Amino acid sequence: MSYKTKLSSRDVTPKTLWDRRKTLKLAPWVLFQGLFFLPKLTEARDTVGKKLKSLKDKLFSTTEPLTAYSKATSYNNYYEFGTDKSDPKKYAYQLEIEPWVVRVEGHVSQPKDFTMNELLTLAPMEERVYRLRCVEGWSMVIPWIGYSLSELLRRVAPTKDARYVEFTTVYRPDQMPGQRKPILDWPYTEGLRLDEAMNPLTLLSFGMYGSFSPNQNGAPVRVIVPWKYGFKSAKSIVSIRLTEKEPQTTWVKASPKEYGFYSNVNPSVNHPRWSQARERRIGEFRKRDTLLFNGYGDQVAKLYEGMNLEKYF
Amino acid sequence: MVKPGFRTFSFYNKLIFLFCLSPLIYLIIRTLSGNLSANPIEDLTHSSGWWALTTLVITLVVTPLKIIFKKPQILFFRRTLGLFSFFYASIHFVTWIALEQFFDWEAMVLDVLDRPFITLGVIAFVLMIPLAATSPYQIRKKIGNNVWKKIHRLIYFAVLIAVLHFLWLVKKDLTEPFIFLFIVLMLLGFRVFMWCTKFFPKDQ
Repeated sequence: MSYKTKLSSRDVTPKTLWDRRKTLKLAPWVLFQGLFFLPKLTEARDTVGKKLKSLKDKLFSTTEPLTAYSKATSYNNYYEFGTDKSDPKKYAYQLEIEPWVVRVEGHVSQPKDFTMNELLTLAPMEERVYRLRCVEGWSMVIPWIGYSLSELLRRVAPTKDARYVEFTTVYRPDQMPGQRKPILDWPYTEGLRLDEAMNPLTLLSFGMYGSFSPNQNGAPVRVIVPWKYGFKSAKSIVSIRLTEKEPQTTWVKASPKEYGFYSNVNPSVNHPRWSQARERRIGEFRKRDTLLFNGYGDQVAKLYEGMNLEKYF
Repeated sequence: MVKPGFRTFSFYNKLIFLFCLSPLIYLIIRTLSGNLSANPIEDLTHSSGWWALTTLVITLVVTPLKIIFKKPQILFFRRTLGLFSFFYASIHFVTWIALEQFFDWEAMVLDVLDRPFITLGVIAFVLMIPLAATSPYQIRKKIGNNVWKKIHRLIYFAVLIAVLHFLWLVKKDLTEPFIFLFIVLMLLGFRVFMWCTKFFPKDQ
């Protein structure tokens, strides 16, 4: 192509073409804006459940700042819905939580199937702000709503043979995509020693942040054992069985060298593959030191007097 | 040294460059738009590690493609891919030093000694350093092709160790690291096959 030295009015670019060019120049800007806007649109809206009334507990609650609701409900380990921490929020809506029955059985004088209504009115609801420490090295502060598990256990009257409590999570592969894969030995089971289960800290929980819990956090009913790693706090429970022998628990079965029955939070007993000395509180930048029994030593240290915590990890 | 077809290959190389850069761009967008998970540092660690391994594996695909399609120009891409792998591995490594350990050297040394998966990760990264360092053409010329080739065989060890590093850190559900392992073994198997045919040529 050669250059014309003399340009006439015929060589002027038509205004329509020039305008189109201006529009084209806008395209990257629009694209750029879109990239910011689209993820916001696709991000599932935080659905806050129905309100659940409770009295604020002062005795056990921490005054540390709460983890944001959006974080506590979008970053979850709930392998029944998938192993990625964003999976539970994506898929948990598939679980149908109505109707729901919890069977309490085993070494009890009065075994009983509890309906949700019965459970919700069994004892006064309390809001307890607990620290939650995951075995992976992160932690949150969550205002749970519920009452001490001991309230329920007392009503079924454990017999003298009852020494342990086993919790079983619902098994519904059609509603829980993770259960269709052999990730863990489904259904998920967890357990506590009876005295641990009867400790007032151990909570039977139905809600969080003033409302009923969303499914990804273990709706409709779960336990919270704040001085143990998070996986001990079984979610979406359908069975509570009192046993004589120490129950087999899912993570112990999956990797007995890495996960123990007790799994008390302990900065000086490391996971074989990573250190447990520190943790990242979700929402904070720097890591903080992990506390023995997750800081609940005053309430629970006496349960383990004389026990070698490295052996019974 | 402009060969015929060089221009098209340079165009493809730009495409590969953009492809390799896209995870970083995506990460920046997610950061700026507040769409990282509740644990952003974990996001950074995982995605940089995942892309370091992925680009490293793709780097290993280049030579077989060159042999199959008999187009030496394809080798041109190897450098881009390999350097990007080192780039993501560096982000991964620096994240660990700065954001996981906060420059606590004592804790880092203990971690490297005590935790096999971290030991492997550090070894894989260290093995990649000479590859990145000898990537400029001037250096390649200086040290000679044979030495250069020998040094760059370290990639076979680096990629195997990197996959083991991934395999070892996963808590449960080893599907993904096993997919990586399978692909890597196929790619290394191809090399073994080529060497065998070289040493035991068919009767002519």
